[in-house]
Amino acid sequence: MATLFETRKLGLPLMNLIRLEGLPILKQLHLEEELFRTSKDNWCIINDGTDDPTIVMGISGKPAELLDIKPVLHDEIPVIRRFTGGGTVIVDPGTIFATFICNKEAVPGLQPYPRPIMSWSSLIYEQVFQGIGNFRLCENDYAFGDRKFGGNAQSITKRRWIHHTSFLWDYDARNMSYLRLPKRAPEYRMARDHMEFICRLKDYLPRSTFINKTVEALGTHFSLESVVYEADKDPSAIKFMPTTRQLTREELEEALSATDLENCPAQYASL
Amino acid sequence: MALRMWASSTANALKLSSAVSKTHLSPAAIFSLSRCFSSVLEGLKYAKSHEWVKHEGGVATIGITDHAQDHLGEVVFVDLPEPGGKVSQGGSFGAVESVKATSDINSPVSGEIVEVNKQLTETPGLVNSSPYENGWMIKVKPASPSELDNLLGPSEYTKFCEEEDAAH
Repeated sequence: MATLFETRKLGLPLMNLIRLEGLPILKQLHLEEELFRTSKDNWCIINDGTDDPTIVMGISGKPAELLDIKPVLHDEIPVIRRFTGGGTVIVDPGTIFATFICNKEAVPGLQPYPRPIMSWSSLIYEQVFQGIGNFRLCENDYAFGDRKFGGNAQSITKRRWIHHTSFLWDYDARNMSYLRLPKRAPEYRMARDHMEFICRLKDYLPRSTFINKTVEALGTHFSLESVVYEADKDPSAIKFMPTTRQLTREELEEALSATDLENCPAQYASL
Repeated sequence: MALRMWASSTANALKLSSAVSKTHLSPAAIFSLSRCFSSVLEGLKYAKSHEWVKHEGGVATIGITDHAQDHLGEVVFVDLPEPGGKVSQGGSFGAVESVKATSDINSPVSGEIVEVNKQLTETPGLVNSSPYENGWMIKVKPASPSELDNLLGPSEYTKFCEEEDAAH
C-alpha cells in the first residue's frame, strides 16, 4: 500500500486511517477482519456509503428470526453474516461506517471488555456531536434523545479489539420492512417499530462535516497516518480467509422452509 | 468507569450468593471473595486471559471465570468447536457473544477436545449463572500436563484480577 505521512503527534499512539467511499460492505468487512486478525497496528476505517442495499447480521444471527425472508428472496437482497456480535442492519449508500481496530494497550487504562470499549468510543462521538442534538450512548446504541442513529458491534481477542459502527445518514423506509422486530431489543426501544425508533443523521449536520469531525476527534487520541487501500488484490495472493460471508440462496430458502414447517406443521404432514 | 464496575461487582456479589446455594459449594471451596467480588475456586488453575481449567482423571475441563463473565455481561451465544479438534495453550478455540461483542476464548492447555458442552447452545446464560459448573465449555485430553505449571493458582489469579481492575 502507498502511504502518505502526516506529522506524528508526539506521545499519541499511531493509528492508520483508511478513507473509502462506496466500498461494498462485504469487502469492507473482509478488510476489517483481515486487519483485525493479522495486523499489529491500530486502524480506523471510514467508508462513506456502500453500494446496493445489503442486510448484515451479527455472528449468531438467524435469518428466520431476524428477516422477512420471502421478500428478501424475491427482491434478491444479499444477506451477510459478519464476524462481530450484535444485531441486524440493512445498509446502503445512505449508511456511513466508522471502524476502530486497536491493540489492547492503545487506549491507556481501557479494559478490553464490551462495555468499557463502548463507553470509550462514545467519548469520541461526544466530541463529534458537541452542541448538536442530544447525543447519548443509549445502552449500546448512539442516539439523539431516544432515537437511534448508530448501531455498534465488537469483537475482542487477547490482544486486540474492533469496534465498528453503522451510522444512518439516511435510509429508505421501504428497506426496513425486510427486517423483523428482534426478540432481543434494548429496553429503551419499548417495542417501537423501526420508523419510530430510528432517526436520520442528515437532519443534524452535513455529511462531510460528520466525517471530518470524526477524524478530528480521533486525532485528539491518536496520531493519524493516512493509508491508501488497494481494493482489487490478486486472488492468488490472498492468504487470509475471513469468516464473514454472504449466505447462499439455498440457506435462506432452507430457513424459510423451516419457518413454514414450524408455523404450519399440519400442511406439511400431509405431503 | 470505576463506579460502573463497582455497581456491576455488587450485582455479581448478589448473584454469587445464590450461585453458591444452587451449586452447594462449601465455603472452603471458594478461595476468596476478592475486592471485585468475583469468585475464584480452589483446586483450579487459571490463565491470565480469564479461563479456568480443572485437571482430573486425565481430562482437563475448561471454562471462563466468574471475573470474565461479570465483565462480559449477559452471554447470548457460545461458539464452540467440535470434539476431535486440537487446541494449543493460549490459542483461541471459540468465542462468546455478549453485549454486541464476540470475545475469543483461549485454551489454557494444549490437547485434543474430547467433549463439548452442548447445553450452551440452548442455554448460553449458564456461562453467567454457573461459570465453574454447568457453564463449562470443553473437555480436553492434555497433550502435556506440565503446561498446567505455567498457569496461575487461585491466590495468584485473585491478585492478578485485583491488579488488573485497579489499573483501569
